[in-house]
Amino acid sequence: MSATATRTVLALEDVVKQYAGGVRALDGVTLRVEAGELMAIVGPSGSGKSTLLHIMGTLDRPSAGSVSVAGHDVSLLDDRALAGLRSRFIGFVFQQFFLIDGMTALENVAQGLLYSATPSRERLAAARLALQRVGLAHRVLHHPSQLSGGERQRVAIARAVVARPAVVFADEPTGNLDSRTGAEVLALLRELNDQGATLVVITHDRELASALPRCVVMRDGRVVSDR
Amino acid sequence: MSSRLLLADIARVAAVGLRTRKLRAALSALGIAIGIASVVAVLGLSESSRAGLIRQLDELGTNLLTIAPGQTLAGSDATLPDAATKKIGRIAGVQQVSSVRTLDASVRRTDHIDPDETGGLGVAAADPSLLATLGGRMTRGHFLTAATGQTTSVVLGAVAARRLGIDRVGVQVYIAGRWYSVIGIMASLPLAGDLDRSVLMGYDAAAAYLREERSATTIYMRAAPTAVGRVRERLAATANPQNPEEVTVSRPSDALTARAAAESAFTGLFLGLGAVALLVGGIGIANTMVISVLERRSEIGLRRALGATRGHVRSQFLGESLLLAAAGGAAGIIIGALVIGGYARSRGWETVIPPDALAGGLGAALAIGALAGLYPAARAARLPPTEALRSV
Repeated sequence: MSATATRTVLALEDVVKQYAGGVRALDGVTLRVEAGELMAIVGPSGSGKSTLLHIMGTLDRPSAGSVSVAGHDVSLLDDRALAGLRSRFIGFVFQQFFLIDGMTALENVAQGLLYSATPSRERLAAARLALQRVGLAHRVLHHPSQLSGGERQRVAIARAVVARPAVVFADEPTGNLDSRTGAEVLALLRELNDQGATLVVITHDRELASALPRCVVMRDGRVVSDR
Repeated sequence: MSSRLLLADIARVAAVGLRTRKLRAALSALGIAIGIASVVAVLGLSESSRAGLIRQLDELGTNLLTIAPGQTLAGSDATLPDAATKKIGRIAGVQQVSSVRTLDASVRRTDHIDPDETGGLGVAAADPSLLATLGGRMTRGHFLTAATGQTTSVVLGAVAARRLGIDRVGVQVYIAGRWYSVIGIMASLPLAGDLDRSVLMGYDAAAAYLREERSATTIYMRAAPTAVGRVRERLAATANPQNPEEVTVSRPSDALTARAAAESAFTGLFLGLGAVALLVGGIGIANTMVISVLERRSEIGLRRALGATRGHVRSQFLGESLLLAAAGGAAGIIIGALVIGGYARSRGWETVIPPDALAGGLGAALAIGALAGLYPAARAARLPPTEALRSV
């Protein structure tokens, strides 16, 4: 990665998050994510990685320090603008998938474009493509309850990438899957990264983390290693 | 760069919760449906019945008065002078007048029946003009005339005919030791129910065969509509100049008017019950929405992560509540309209579905939906995304 050819999608500068009780979940984190990266943030529970995910994903605001996503300083944005930032530049994959039960896989994926005022027809077309990209073209009209765990996570991944965000955060994406399915999901993430997606995987699984090109280790709210 | 949700999508997203929990949605909309249905039905039924009564009043006229002897000061039954009917006919403004005398006799189908078995039927003498004065009509045969009034001919009231089992003319009935032939059957007389249960003969026949006097027991009088008040004041003195206090004057249509008023009093009561049903329905929807927000925390978190603003989350749950109430309201209006139609038909009224009740019903349903959804929606919107996404 040469400095001239890269584009910073996420920049954290001295970020501190202190909760009301006095707990300092993040204690001066500085981190940059460049476009096209595939990285892991790893740490034991209580290391502050979930808080970091929330701050990076603009779901929460830091107590001190600055966060900017795709060049936008988060501290300058109100709820509405922040939501717009998420709808356009950020994708999420969760351990529990969070698919909506009453909807087909296609409709679930299309939800990823709902809050950017994309017309329904375009949403569904993009969702179909995204499902193809994750290898679920044959499961388009299935409901989540009719899908296996691995398939559900693939649907969730398709939903995260359907709007072609600048960065996708995956929170323990293999946490609810058996090891073989987990490996498949990880392979899919690599594949998407090869196609240009920027991915940040948050995990407590050191083995999984060390398999990725970059690995940031967290402990007690600080970054203790970054390679 | 702000997050935007298309208007059509607001409705679509609001419908998600209903789509996935159909039974619950149907049950919580049911309360509103029952409330709206009862309000619409009550309003429609009272309109329909009032329309029926008003039509009946218009047909019968409110200008019919009855004059009857009351009691003497000593407390015994008074009588009207024989000339009363003629004198009343000469008051300015009087259009028609005729009289009836209740006779002390019973009517029987044959002479084998016990004379005490009257079947609740009376025998009376009547003027030939009675039918016209009362605005009545015949279902069979003809009314009494001056000629048939002198013979052993009788006309039956509607109830009398039914109780005697007579549905055609030419049949004989037995009154006080003599056979009379039925020459006509009257349709029901709403303003003179007593006559429905009577068998009528002419005054001459009553005098000849039953040795009855000619003093009337009821005089029916129809006045020009504008003169009713004026005529009424002069009736007692005209009918019985010596003892005007022994005369009772009444207006039979007052009973129908009173019935219309009484029904509107009931309408108020039923509307109150309908309002209670609506309130309970609204609470049911609020309850459903509160539970829905609790259950769908992760969906709220997900939507916030996908780019929904607090406003979008609020509109989703408010929309869901409005949809529930609107569905309930629409169902209620249909049920209410069906009830009105069915009941009005069974009563022979014309069906009146007041547009105010329809618009008001739907408006009330939406207002209740908005109120019921307000608190749950605000709660959903206030939920911080990090908390909503926390694994359960």
